[in-house]
Amino acid sequence: MGKQTPLYESHRALGARIVDFSGWDMPLHYGSQIEEHHAVRRHAGMFDVSHMLNVDVIGSGAREYLERLIANDVAKLKAPGRALYSCMLTPEGGVIDDLIVYFFGEGRYRLVANAGTADKDLAWMARQAQPFAGRLEVGPRRDLAMIAVQGPQARGLVWQALPASRASSEALIPFQAAPRGEGMIARTGYTGEDGFELVVPAGEAAAIWRALLEAGVRPAGLGARDTLRLEAGMNLYGQDMDENVTPLESGLAWTVDRSRPRDFTGRAALDAAVPQRQLIGLLALDKGVLRSHQTVYSAHGEGQITSGSFAPTLGRSIALARLPAGARTGEEVEVDVRGKRLAARLVRPPFARHGKALV
Amino acid sequence: MNIPENLRYTATHEWVRLEADGTLTVGITDHAQELLGDIVFLELPEAGRRVAAGEECAVVESVKAASDIYAPLAGEVVAVNTPATDDPAAVNRDPYAAWLFRIRPDDAGAMAGLLDAAAYRHAAESESH
Repeated sequence: MGKQTPLYESHRALGARIVDFSGWDMPLHYGSQIEEHHAVRRHAGMFDVSHMLNVDVIGSGAREYLERLIANDVAKLKAPGRALYSCMLTPEGGVIDDLIVYFFGEGRYRLVANAGTADKDLAWMARQAQPFAGRLEVGPRRDLAMIAVQGPQARGLVWQALPASRASSEALIPFQAAPRGEGMIARTGYTGEDGFELVVPAGEAAAIWRALLEAGVRPAGLGARDTLRLEAGMNLYGQDMDENVTPLESGLAWTVDRSRPRDFTGRAALDAAVPQRQLIGLLALDKGVLRSHQTVYSAHGEGQITSGSFAPTLGRSIALARLPAGARTGEEVEVDVRGKRLAARLVRPPFARHGKALV
Repeated sequence: MNIPENLRYTATHEWVRLEADGTLTVGITDHAQELLGDIVFLELPEAGRRVAAGEECAVVESVKAASDIYAPLAGEVVAVNTPATDDPAAVNRDPYAAWLFRIRPDDAGAMAGLLDAAAYRHAAESESH
């Protein structure tokens, strides 16, 4: 048996199929992951993401620490509540994790990191915090749970279920959060749809989940979460990037901010790097499902699929693949799918967002 | 686990029904469709193909995984459920109605070597524990 979130019994009561995810017992689906996927694109769905790690970074040294720790630039976070997405890099430029940093005022930040990398992240962050001793506290918050409510109706249904949350969250713009007790309500997500991520005390999670259910939000599992994020062109850590590749070869150059002379970990390696590969989208032209680790044959050389699945919004298969840097969108490639060559076209993600196909 | 008494089964989760004309209708079990999750593509054999017992002759592909389907007995494929390829989710909805293909077996007596419902239930339950 793995670790369980405060919502584990809620999932069991809903008939969820439970699977291991990075040591956590998590819901894969509650019957049909495709129906859950459509519910998020068309209406509203909710995901238990309490396995993800909230970390408080507090103190007078917090900003300087984060300016060194991550590749995006927290100096851009000026208004309280603003957030940004970033990679945390090794000195060699490899991706330790991807995360979101929220800014709640001078010296007060919160990071949300992946479940599978949580221990590694905390060890790395503690080591990087050593020069800031006395000016900084890095504190994991395992006392908090997290529910992502996503879809065109998501915000309205959150306000219906939690009327008191409306005043603080109505004016939030994308990538902005409002504190809510020890937690927060953030207009962020991982689906390509509008919505909120609710960070709440673990003890309140089940009641909030129930209130959202009663408001008509459909529970959705990690299966739908994966197809939604893939359609939205969002990377999954451990599949699309890890410590062996840089963000420049992972479709994440836009998250690396080198606009000022800031000495973040990994910068020297990125400055010296000449990317030989790129992460690009594939749209299957034949029947069949593209899956991770399949070999891609392009006119510019071979590559490999990092994430592939059936895309419910498109009714066919899509993938992210790491290919030679010369490959261009619009070109056709072949993929070795279980011994057969399947035709696919190179496209620029996202594949679908806000309920609509984009390729 | 829905395992009809009147069918025969394989350890690889196919169900087999003996028809009045001596052909065998083949599909995947309720347990199999549940393990696979949402089914999105079916790749079925050509009618007329000769198959050996245990030979891969179809693919059921779900969002999660691709699964090979094996011929339960040696024989000739005499029919395929082509309409199901346009609605693969039918296999999730009613796996015992949404058949995949029919075989005329070389030796109908070999049916006796397949699992009955009780034996299949035992095999499926011990596999999932």
